[in-house]
Amino acid sequence: MSPRFLVHQAGPGVTVQDLGRPGYMALGLSRGGAADRLALAEGAALLGQAPGLAALEMAGMGGRFEVTQDTRIALTGAEMRASIDGAAVAWNASHLLPAGAQLVIGPAIQGVYGYLSVSGGIATDPQLGARAAHLVASLGDVLQPGQELPLGIDASRAEAGLILPRDDRFSGGAVRFVPGPQTNLFAQADQERFQSIPFTRDTRGNRMGVRLIPESGGFESEAGLSVLSEIVVPGDIQITGDGTPFVLLAECQTTGGYPRIGSVLPSDLPRIVQAAPGTVLRFQMVGLEEGVAIERRAAEARRTLASRRTPLVRNPHDMRDLLAYQLISGVVSGDPQEEP
Amino acid sequence: MSDDRFPLLRSLGVDGYLVTFDAELSEPANRAALALRSAIERAGWDGVEESTTSLISTYLRFDALSVDHAMIRGQLQALLESQDWFAADLPEGRRLWRIPTVFGGDRCPQLDAAAELAGLSPEAAIAQIAATKVRVQTIGFAPGMPYLGELPAAWNIPRQTELTKSVPVGALAVAIRQLVLFPVTSTTGWRHIGQTAFRPFQPEAERPFVLNPGDEVLFEPVDRATFEAMRTSAPNGGATFEVLP
Repeated sequence: MSPRFLVHQAGPGVTVQDLGRPGYMALGLSRGGAADRLALAEGAALLGQAPGLAALEMAGMGGRFEVTQDTRIALTGAEMRASIDGAAVAWNASHLLPAGAQLVIGPAIQGVYGYLSVSGGIATDPQLGARAAHLVASLGDVLQPGQELPLGIDASRAEAGLILPRDDRFSGGAVRFVPGPQTNLFAQADQERFQSIPFTRDTRGNRMGVRLIPESGGFESEAGLSVLSEIVVPGDIQITGDGTPFVLLAECQTTGGYPRIGSVLPSDLPRIVQAAPGTVLRFQMVGLEEGVAIERRAAEARRTLASRRTPLVRNPHDMRDLLAYQLISGVVSGDPQEEP
Repeated sequence: MSDDRFPLLRSLGVDGYLVTFDAELSEPANRAALALRSAIERAGWDGVEESTTSLISTYLRFDALSVDHAMIRGQLQALLESQDWFAADLPEGRRLWRIPTVFGGDRCPQLDAAAELAGLSPEAAIAQIAATKVRVQTIGFAPGMPYLGELPAAWNIPRQTELTKSVPVGALAVAIRQLVLFPVTSTTGWRHIGQTAFRPFQPEAERPFVLNPGDEVLFEPVDRATFEAMRTSAPNGGATFEVLP
């Protein structure tokens, strides 16, 4: 029997995600895919495999999982308390998950979306060219206890026990955006105020988007009340009827009728995605040219993630799976493939 | 065009452009948007990753790290100047769909309210909608979801201020001289006036997205019993199509 990934327990928002389905916008289907695409890239780099392989995205809470064959795993994104057969394992790192061992992933400690990548990827049947669950489109669904997922073939022969440094995207901070077609529906003074006040991430938020509460006063746009539904893209900052911003994420709709003050840069979007309710964010407008330069640097950083991996320094007290580690041989594989 | 601000070429996000043909919905602007998108798809420019249309705009997304903005903007500008897009033909291979629909009743409790806003009796409202051949002006919001228009002027009714929590797949809803047909269960501000057994999005099918921009649709009234029979037995919920010449 081909190797399986077993779901014994799952939080309410655990889904299979990859890089989504570009190309279907004209048919009303947004790209979707992992909410925090950087976390998916980090998982792939830790396992030395292509970033397009499917992983589990865990919104706020993990679950209890098992594999039927020794499998390397990587834990990235929002840090969650994780253990293998009761021994705590580090986040933002790769580990060996022996067949039959119980992997338990608890609630998020900081951030929103945690990711569990597996060597070879989750190998469910693609729908419309991708494995990503797109809940709004009824493609795929949240995982249920008792579910079994096929595991892909681990072709890389890379080792486990590697760690990547964590960045600060889980604690809010400044996000950069570019102006767009409707920026000028907002008064200059409001555009400036938008960049000077802090916003708090509301409790309302999901894979479609998150609501932010301005510290003072909303951002009404008189002209914006009568705009026709227009193309919207992930990152767009819609100003909804009550004057509060709603930032669109991976699973947003393809058109929307609210005016938008601008679009968050794709490489800064994970900072919004990973802002838990109550987290403080600020906005800073950058020009198109600067925006492209920032994206170029971010793409380069993603491409070279593998070079920043270091061996996990293990606490001997936790080394219950020492034997498993000694069985792993070979060298760290080369850089993972470039993003498509 | 009387308004020389259009077409208007503007960036959307760090890796896209939006070409807008009007400030409000108009038939020529809708045709222009569809025709420009076809031309972009045919042109096959380097770096273009995706294109789509809204009611009155064409959008293009490209790989901004491999092709620079000036290049794409220049290509778009040249394409825009190459013809009168407002005079463009509709897409080829369009279809005329006939979709059986139950209007009103307990399935569609907002027919009466919508008719009243349009200043019509429920019977007259049904007759007027059934007699209007509406066109798919864009597919958007949800997968395969058509925006259809244009209804007679009486139907320039606003969206509701309160949202309807949930309408089922196949629900037909109305606002601002347009109809929408829901491919997925959804919350909506539009009034639910009819129910079809038609699924605009069929992920398991060979042709998952059933309707295309430019297609025309007649919503043909049927009684509840006929509807129930077709719902389970007829493919596409009893809907049929012919290719338009």
